[in-house]
Amino acid sequence: MKVMRIKKAEITDTFAEAFGMWGARVVITADTKQWARAAAASMTGFATSVIRCKLEAAVECEVPPEATPDRRPGVSVLLFTMSSKAIAGQLIDRIGQCVMTCPTTAAYNGLESEKTVSVGGKLRFFGDGYQISKLIDGRRLWRIPVMEGEFIVEESFGIQPAVGGGNLIILGTSQRIALRAATAASNAMREVAGVFLPFPQGVVGSGSKIGSRYKSMIASTNDRYCPTLRSISGQETLPENVAAGYEIVVDGLNEDVVKQAMRRGIHAAATRGSLTITAGNYGGELGKYKFHLHDILK
Amino acid sequence: MSATLIHMHTQPQVPLEAETLSPASIAGLSELGIEHLQVMHGNVKAKVGDFFKVTGKGTPDIHIEGDLSRVKMIGAGMSEGRMVVEGNVGMHIGIGMSGGEILVKGDATDWVGPEMSGGRITVLGDAGHMVGSAFRGQSTGITGGEIFIHGNVKNEVGNSMRRGFIAIGGDAGDFTAVSMRAGTIVVMGSTGVRTGAGMVRGTVACFGESPILPSFEYSCRYQPLFLRLYLIRLQEHGFEEKITDRHINGKYDRYSGDAVELNRGEILLFSGQ
Repeated sequence: MKVMRIKKAEITDTFAEAFGMWGARVVITADTKQWARAAAASMTGFATSVIRCKLEAAVECEVPPEATPDRRPGVSVLLFTMSSKAIAGQLIDRIGQCVMTCPTTAAYNGLESEKTVSVGGKLRFFGDGYQISKLIDGRRLWRIPVMEGEFIVEESFGIQPAVGGGNLIILGTSQRIALRAATAASNAMREVAGVFLPFPQGVVGSGSKIGSRYKSMIASTNDRYCPTLRSISGQETLPENVAAGYEIVVDGLNEDVVKQAMRRGIHAAATRGSLTITAGNYGGELGKYKFHLHDILK
Repeated sequence: MSATLIHMHTQPQVPLEAETLSPASIAGLSELGIEHLQVMHGNVKAKVGDFFKVTGKGTPDIHIEGDLSRVKMIGAGMSEGRMVVEGNVGMHIGIGMSGGEILVKGDATDWVGPEMSGGRITVLGDAGHMVGSAFRGQSTGITGGEIFIHGNVKNEVGNSMRRGFIAIGGDAGDFTAVSMRAGTIVVMGSTGVRTGAGMVRGTVACFGESPILPSFEYSCRYQPLFLRLYLIRLQEHGFEEKITDRHINGKYDRYSGDAVELNRGEILLFSGQ
């Protein structure tokens, strides 16, 4: 197996296996940055993995007032699901329950795409007949009367095919070193436009594998990377000097941004100590996309 | 591709109906072909060349020079392209327009954009009566598009309009938004009397004075977020001096009406706060 090194980090000759998903982008605005953030945090809650959450979502970036439709502070949120059908329901539920309920907010489509789903067109019924539509520069908005005034939501949101499940696994000689490297990688990866890291702060402490010895479980602990199981599970995946590992899952609107984020993540992690950087896959038989670590570093 | 230049060399004695002066009519024609297009000089058939000198082949980009105050129906049925009129224009400019853009650098007379469904008409000067209005006897005015008048207008702006966006940089006359079905009108000055009479739905926003009919009722003073979007759009289209942060961030008094109709229309008066 070829080994590549960046500083003290060893990059394994393997690939991350990722899946086709459907993505949408919501731009949330509010009177203050704090309220926009609050709505975005609520909207992206319980959205780490499609395995149990049915949705993966996170804040993409904060949007300055001069770049939002209503010139108020904004937050851009990316949301991915496994099917185009599922995403409409998630947008309706999460904008309706998490954004509309948050003071002073509005929700705008942030993704220009030929394929759209009706969101404001459904949420308008909350207005109980008092809702009003407005067409501005070809974009239809709904004004829903609410207790604080009006909630504004765009009728349609663009959706597009996307990539979910790009990943890095960062193994360190101590838990502290591994986490420091994973945090650095996560911070660097989140700066790439069009990607998001759905897990808390982008770092996964409990990576999973598909399947389990228990029939009711569709995923279970990734025992091959659990240091406490080194002498029990019979796997030889974990190098001898590894004390702990973290996974970073990255979703993106296309392959290029996922590659770019992974490249940045590897470089950022590699500066943080003695590590092994590898990736998770299923033998290449399940996912549509393969991101070879050595290739993306070329 | 350079613009088609049309220069008026002879003033018509009576109004000239020149619906052929439109990108759709002149597309692909030679200079001579354009000059041979028919116009109606009063009730007499005439040719474009009798009044205009054409330079360049027919393109979607047309520049017209001269005082066209007596020339009617310029840009009729326009669906794409851009027309610039370097002067005043007569009635019915952009009639039946569904796309593209018309820019009038002078004044317009009555009936700007009748039967319009899309595109944009901008008049840098004043306009007359019936901007974006239904023809007499018709139940529906414009069904889409944008009409931006930088100066003042006279009566019945947006009469029976069903959709679309009309902005008036100065004052509007009486019966603004009379019988309005839906859509949005922004008046940056004041309006005359009976604004919104018989309106069913739709929005009239006014920065200045606007006498409220007794069939409208006060709702509240608030910051209408949707109006910010319209005002921002207007700032991006040449109204940046008339629309300030005070208007964008300010509060408006909302009146609902007209109670003689569905009562779902609204008049938003800038509160000054």
